[in-house]
Amino acid sequence: MHAVVAIKQVPDTSNVRIDPETGTLIREGVPAIVNPYDIHAVEAAVQLKERVGGGQVTVITMGPPKAAEALLECVEQGADRAILISDRKFGGADTLATSYVLARAIEVINAELPVDIIFFGKQAIDGDTAQVGPGVATRLNIPLITYAVAIEEFDLAARRAVVHRRVEQGIEVLETTLPVLLTVEKEIAPVRHAPLPRLIAAARYQPEVWTATSPVPFDPQQIGLKGSPTVVGKAYTPAPRSGGEVISVAALGLDAVVARAMAVIEQAHIRNLQPVTGVVS
Amino acid sequence: MNAEQPTIPRIWVFVEQQEHQVHPVSWELLGAAKRLSADLPGSVVEAVLPGHQVADLAPQAFQYGASRVYVIDNPVLEIYRNLPYAVAVSRLVTEYRPEIFLIGATTLGRDLAGSIATRVGTGLTADCTELSIDPANHILAATRPTFGGNLMATILCRRHRPQMATVRPRVLPMPEPVPDATGEVVNVPFNMREEDVPVKRLRLIRAKEQPNIEYADVIVAGGRGVGGPEGFALLQELADALGGMVAASRPVVDAGWLDASRQVGQTGKTVRPKLYIAAGISGAVQHRVGMSGADVILAINTDPNAPIFQIATLGIVGDLYEVIPALIRQVKGQSYDGQAHL
Repeated sequence: MHAVVAIKQVPDTSNVRIDPETGTLIREGVPAIVNPYDIHAVEAAVQLKERVGGGQVTVITMGPPKAAEALLECVEQGADRAILISDRKFGGADTLATSYVLARAIEVINAELPVDIIFFGKQAIDGDTAQVGPGVATRLNIPLITYAVAIEEFDLAARRAVVHRRVEQGIEVLETTLPVLLTVEKEIAPVRHAPLPRLIAAARYQPEVWTATSPVPFDPQQIGLKGSPTVVGKAYTPAPRSGGEVISVAALGLDAVVARAMAVIEQAHIRNLQPVTGVVS
Repeated sequence: MNAEQPTIPRIWVFVEQQEHQVHPVSWELLGAAKRLSADLPGSVVEAVLPGHQVADLAPQAFQYGASRVYVIDNPVLEIYRNLPYAVAVSRLVTEYRPEIFLIGATTLGRDLAGSIATRVGTGLTADCTELSIDPANHILAATRPTFGGNLMATILCRRHRPQMATVRPRVLPMPEPVPDATGEVVNVPFNMREEDVPVKRLRLIRAKEQPNIEYADVIVAGGRGVGGPEGFALLQELADALGGMVAASRPVVDAGWLDASRQVGQTGKTVRPKLYIAAGISGAVQHRVGMSGADVILAINTDPNAPIFQIATLGIVGDLYEVIPALIRQVKGQSYDGQAHL
């Protein structure tokens, strides 16, 4: 069994702050972490390998040299091989260019050792686009199952799997041929603590580094800014909705506060509510 | 290629239907497409409707502003699956070359949009909160939150077509339907066979509870300050009295007090109720991006510095366990005739 997991190192967005003077993002001092959904993607691959009695888990990422740290965390988790795809020429890539690079890399990895399953986190917490996984599956022309929460069956001999995915109506159970690309929710696999031998192995591990030209010659027209149809026109901090009055129970007493609250509720004009219509059942 | 003049700027909206029910985000997008069309000279608003035996839904698309509906009908499209939908819609895009293509950022839409954009080789901007036409060069300016809602970015797709964007449900207002509006139906041939589809649906395990908080008029939401799952019974009582629904911020869902389907915010749902009551929610930016479209926000928090107060119509510094029971008494005393619709 050969699983490939594509991961991303992201700034911990829960720690991102805005400079009140300039209104810009303060990136310094924001810790870089493995995208939280990707940790579960790696775990799912490692657990699948254990379930089928062996195989290889290959982890890849496109990012700056610093992203090697994120790969080492994946090796601690149980990944066997880690590849950092890193070159200034990849800079400024949007989701189309990113999906090209990852798909091309997976093609090369597949030629060395055929790939049975590819895992992505459902989205990255910095961009939240959820577009790269579907883009890679499309480029590789393999089935895509997004929002996967469980792998019910995985039959290498029969080249088929049964996967559960979360949809608005509940859980959809899909049968697919292999290879398949999954983008996963956190429920796909709970993260376990890495055993000491893994930590030692990771400490000695050096991720492979692939550049834009070696060992894989990526098409220069399809990478980085050149390969990206979208550009950021402008970026700004959102104008805050301005709040109204703040009153306190301690100062005004409960009755007065509730009277004010009722007056505000009146403003919402919710009397004679109609049942909600147009809801997808 | 079709024989029509290819220079008409077409603004397309994907009509999402499952089990013959159109997701309302499709109509919200048609409303947005109409507004964009007013700023894009000569443009037309059209809808794409794939499925099986769904042509009878086309008149609704006319009512919400489409002048033409492309119906793609094939049994392989009966239940949504990525491949047949992506192939069918991409072929249509290649044939008619729309200028702009809008898709709802639902589970289905997010699965589909990236596949279409990749097949067609164009740019896609996810989860936009604002769409406009740049007056200088007549291209789509698609604005979206990024870095967990801390930054807004306006994304442009200068040379590739269509300019694709997804928008989450309830980010845009629902337009008024025009009852007698009509338009043209174009039946699009699509001849994929079931044996060409590598993914089959074996079954659908329906969730017992499917709260649709996106479309609730009144939401009573609780945060960490509620203290535990028991506290939500009190919020439910207030919601019932107001004819609303209970929702939550992320820590509540992470702690397992409420189901993820009730989460409001960046990684949950976007809501725009008439009334949003935030109880024990501090109001991190990730939460605010999901609810700042509410008409009226009433916030209750013990912390006078809670960021939720910066956007609340009225902020109450106090204990929610004191304020909410008093509110319930008042609301019930005023005999609201709202109906619960959980």
